[in-house]
Amino acid sequence: MSAVLEIRNLHVSVEDTDILRGVDLTVKQGEIHALMGPNGSGKSTLAHALMGHPNYEITDGEVVFKGEDMLELGPDERSRKGLFLAFQYPVAIPGVTVANFLRTAINSRRKAEDSEDKGIPIPEFRKLLKDKMSSLDMSHDVAGRYLNDGFSGGEKKRAEILQLATLEPDVAVLDETDSGLDIDALKIVAEGVNKLVGPGLGVLVITHYQRLLSYIVPEHVHVMYEGKIVESGGPDLALKLEELGYEWIRSAHS
Amino acid sequence: MANKDAGNGVVRGRRSSVADLHVDESDILNISDIMGDAGWYAKDRMEAFKVYKDTPMPSLEDEAWRRTDISGVDWEKFSKAIRDDKDIDNMAEVPEYLLNPLVGDRQGGQIVVSGRKVLQSSLADEASSKGVIFTDFVSATQNHGELFSGYVSKLVSIADGKHASMAGAMVDQGIFVYVPAGIQVEMPLHSVLWLNRIANFTRVVIAVEKGGSLTYVHEISSSDEGSEQLHAGTVEVFVGDNAELKFVEMQSLGENCYHFSHEKSQVGRDARLDWVFSAIGSKLTKSFLDLDLVGNGAWGRMSGFYFAAGKQHMDHDTQQNHRAEGQTSDLLFKGALRDGSRSVWQGMINVEPGAQKTDGFQANRNLLLAKEARADSIPGLEIQADDVRCTHAATISKLEEEHLFYLMSRGIHLEEARKVVVDGFFDPIMERIPFEGVRERLKSSVVDKMA
Repeated sequence: MSAVLEIRNLHVSVEDTDILRGVDLTVKQGEIHALMGPNGSGKSTLAHALMGHPNYEITDGEVVFKGEDMLELGPDERSRKGLFLAFQYPVAIPGVTVANFLRTAINSRRKAEDSEDKGIPIPEFRKLLKDKMSSLDMSHDVAGRYLNDGFSGGEKKRAEILQLATLEPDVAVLDETDSGLDIDALKIVAEGVNKLVGPGLGVLVITHYQRLLSYIVPEHVHVMYEGKIVESGGPDLALKLEELGYEWIRSAHS
Repeated sequence: MANKDAGNGVVRGRRSSVADLHVDESDILNISDIMGDAGWYAKDRMEAFKVYKDTPMPSLEDEAWRRTDISGVDWEKFSKAIRDDKDIDNMAEVPEYLLNPLVGDRQGGQIVVSGRKVLQSSLADEASSKGVIFTDFVSATQNHGELFSGYVSKLVSIADGKHASMAGAMVDQGIFVYVPAGIQVEMPLHSVLWLNRIANFTRVVIAVEKGGSLTYVHEISSSDEGSEQLHAGTVEVFVGDNAELKFVEMQSLGENCYHFSHEKSQVGRDARLDWVFSAIGSKLTKSFLDLDLVGNGAWGRMSGFYFAAGKQHMDHDTQQNHRAEGQTSDLLFKGALRDGSRSVWQGMINVEPGAQKTDGFQANRNLLLAKEARADSIPGLEIQADDVRCTHAATISKLEEEHLFYLMSRGIHLEEARKVVVDGFFDPIMERIPFEGVRERLKSSVVDKMA
């Protein structure tokens, strides 16, 4: 049975300000959804709330993943269940190499499955990481660098995709993965994502611009405005937005 | 002015009647007797005691002690312990793990002292046959007096501070390491001073003569169990011209121990000193750690690791003194603090007028793991030469929620995520420690401290 992420009537507030006011959205494993909307409409709030950021307070609604209530779970448990968030602004963790970090993440998963687990054997991990880096055309040097520390915008986004590839989630949320990237970097990142999409991965692409959707082509497009999804449709909806701009949404839904 | 010394050894002020050890000459003579002091040290001891009596107990009004309050120390209790010459009750055994080699798997020698008792003292033949000396303090004064007296108190003067004279007057154990000119000691030496007395006083002297080389790991440790303890110590490090010393100091004293130390090193022409400090123990620490680069081209590196928890208070006061040309000093102290613990680092690079072409670096970085934890970091430069390159940096950062969230979003448990960030924080200091065994000990102490 394929994994399903169901968001029902989700209300979220941040520091007592209501940001999401009843979001309904369902993403199935194998599907690609795009979530668009003007700045401040609540897209990133949705991403953080789905992952369980402590500053985002769920005031109503539910999030069900693989039939289980996600709102009761911590971010780490959500991740281990198969949800992934590619951050718009990944933080740097000085002193922790990409390789060490990913091995810790993998071992956390193994340990959660089996408390006796001794962790992934180092040679096996090295091979896995090399294969993933190669499949994303990444330089192997990245494994030994401190996580996101001194990374360029493009390198950070690619490191996020490397994590996505290594952790093999069922549903991934890509939060403004295109922001801050020039067109070449954007293409590289999109190619990476396209290598991973398939029947095993559902993707929710959050973006402000249509341009990313020329490379990662969604089956479903949703438009968020003032904390609600106000339009849903096929890829043509993204093109319509590109043509008419968000003014169209504002005048239709204000 | 309440606590200034009036010149007669009597500290005037409200706490004057208790703010010092109440011991007299007869107590010092008694220690001398028990220790079997050689005549010369009996004399030094009494000399130190005179200075001790004339030196006021430092207080918050002294610049170096502004952030470390020792007014709560129960000196009366320690005085009694000294007068009664008493071991601590329920003496704990030296823990086995302290005896493991920390550098490589072979040791060139090991000394283990518990209280005053030497439990073990060994030195490989290949070293002793070349004239290397590695022995405890008592044996050094008795059997190597001529040599030892040329070093002890020569760097750390009994006038350097209250606790320097305290250690000089009341010393009851310590270590002497001597490497003759031109001798390379291939296998590392290891010593452990296990402090199981209520009041403990130690002196350590390391002398590596011209062209010699040595790797040495020294640990002071005591039990967390039992009553409050006092430790005052001196460490003197001589690195002759062209000599090389790698010196690792581990401090894992019990959490009831007040720890005071005065440490100084002197590095000669083209000589190298790689000096590592780790501090995880004690109730309160006040350490003066001075690097004196005296010869042209001398090189000195000081790497400090500390991790405080509970109500621990750790104060490290460092100096990098450049006294000749073409020298390099490089200091990095990194500390993590949890609960309501506190650290102070106060560092100074002094560049004397003739010390051209100096490279001097100092950095102190702190990671606060709790709201109540506090770190003070005070760098300083005093430069009297014009052709120098000196930099300093001090940072105090918090464990950030965004970092933890990011790590947790990859499936890592909260506790593990905290550990990942702390390990990452310490990584640059681990990279400076050239010994796997020492790094492993520090890593496991991080695990213990985080638990």
